[in-house]
Amino acid sequence: MTRSLKLMLLTAIVALAFALSLAAGKQWLPLDGEAARAIMIELRLPRALLGLVLGAVLGLSGAVLQGYLRNPLADPAVVGVSSSAALGAVAAILYAGASSVILFAAAMTGAGGAMLLLVALTWRSASPVAFILAGTVLASLAGALTAFLISIAPDPYAIASVLDWMMGALTDRSLADAARAIPPMAVGAVLLLLTARSLDALTLGEDAARSLGVRLGRLQALVVLGTGLTVGAGVAVTGVVGFVGLVVPHLLRPVFGHRPSDLLLPSALGGAALLLVADSLCRLAPGASEVRLGVAMALIGAPFFLALLLRHRNRAWI
Amino acid sequence: MDLIFEGVAVSRGSRRVLEDIDAVLRRGRVTAIIGPNGAGKSTLLKAAVALLPATGVIRIGDQPVATMPSRQRAAAVGYLPQDATVHWNLRARDVVALGRLARRSAFAAPSHADDAAVEAALAATETTALADRPIADLSGGERARVLLARVLAGEPEWLLADEPLASLDPAHQIDILDQLRRVAAAGSGVAIVLHDIAQAARVADDVLVLKNGCIAAFGPASAVLTPAMLEPVFEVAFGTVDGVHPICIPIGRLGR
Repeated sequence: MTRSLKLMLLTAIVALAFALSLAAGKQWLPLDGEAARAIMIELRLPRALLGLVLGAVLGLSGAVLQGYLRNPLADPAVVGVSSSAALGAVAAILYAGASSVILFAAAMTGAGGAMLLLVALTWRSASPVAFILAGTVLASLAGALTAFLISIAPDPYAIASVLDWMMGALTDRSLADAARAIPPMAVGAVLLLLTARSLDALTLGEDAARSLGVRLGRLQALVVLGTGLTVGAGVAVTGVVGFVGLVVPHLLRPVFGHRPSDLLLPSALGGAALLLVADSLCRLAPGASEVRLGVAMALIGAPFFLALLLRHRNRAWI
Repeated sequence: MDLIFEGVAVSRGSRRVLEDIDAVLRRGRVTAIIGPNGAGKSTLLKAAVALLPATGVIRIGDQPVATMPSRQRAAAVGYLPQDATVHWNLRARDVVALGRLARRSAFAAPSHADDAAVEAALAATETTALADRPIADLSGGERARVLLARVLAGEPEWLLADEPLASLDPAHQIDILDQLRRVAAAGSGVAIVLHDIAQAARVADDVLVLKNGCIAAFGPASAVLTPAMLEPVFEVAFGTVDGVHPICIPIGRLGR
């Protein structure tokens, strides 16, 4: 099968998943009348749109980070941007009320702060190793600060909404939420796509990549800004949704090959499909409330990933 | 164009790794760079590709490499690092195609010229039959040839190779050296860091000997590769074996 045929197939799967996300729920569409229109436009459509773009940017940033760090275990969480965005959001929920505009602004501020710190910490070396160290430390710092904020929270009820938010969900997001999140995600996605060729060159190591004309500083700036904008905006509207960025490039590597640039677009499509399907399943799970998307992703993703590791444990490349 | 070093010095931290390097490496010839461990051989190559900051001037013709736009420099100088790691399991052909990156305009698909250069590089290194195999499945010798093909595919004016023979058996060493000779014969410049003095004698037109970051000797191979020149540098006693040219081989430590 040629690459374009595989891409078309993947696009068709995304379209089906999008349709499923519009139709699936405790009330299956199509329904008749006003109620159906309201459900469709105010509930299902923003949710499907957000699922589509969030899944796409998570898959894309996962593929870029794995290529950049030349490590199949990298995902957006290692950069520390998602934890820092979550820190901003939690601060907003606890101390500024949970209005979605303020929450979005606070989360983006957190993500922006993380990006600045990352650049400042790794500016002189422009080395992926420094990058992953700085990101990991940043992630644990943001995690610790979040826990600290929760433990000194003035209002115990707010803690419940923090925990709820941190689990990550697409439930009850509006078109306004989608409109806020999509522009930074789109800009970030473009920046991430610009890394393609440099990522290929990095396959040969840093020295060889530089000798091929790759400017590591520029590449790192693209990776930091691209991940920050996409993942930061994602966390700002949906909370922390993990595993997509880790699992999707893995799943697609045997299909599209190992060359990093060949995985970017497929990972975006695959991430979108996975997130849309997972979110639809969340709605269909029994019980009065919904399973949280972040929880569902971890519940599906973790065992799946372990199975993958078991199956491939004898290979040099996963 | 020749590769010219003028008053070049390189420091790492507070330590001077190279000092007072003045040399003109000629295009169309193979220059072997030899010297004991830590003499600055790899550093010299890295400085020539602008991977390390150097004082003084390193230029190709009249173009200083440090101020060339990175893509132009990448097209002019092909660098084969000592580290032969390929981080993802690409097909051999895709590894070779990476050598064309600097010659392709942004976002453009590979042109016919790119494809032709890749095929030519595969053919030159006799790796055409391996082209569709994943790099992880290749033996050390096959992989070394594919990585050399990667540099050749860029059609560089200068080819700088850092110990391309490490971990190869003699047959594959000779294959690689013959290939480098052909590259020089076709008009490119070739500079190789070598450990094996006998192989240097086999391949080199000129030999540059480094010791403690300075040039200990530089000239035609027949003049430099003599026991009298090499013994003080390596602190080893050399004997000569007659071949096509006499070959120096180490036979024991000096003064023991």
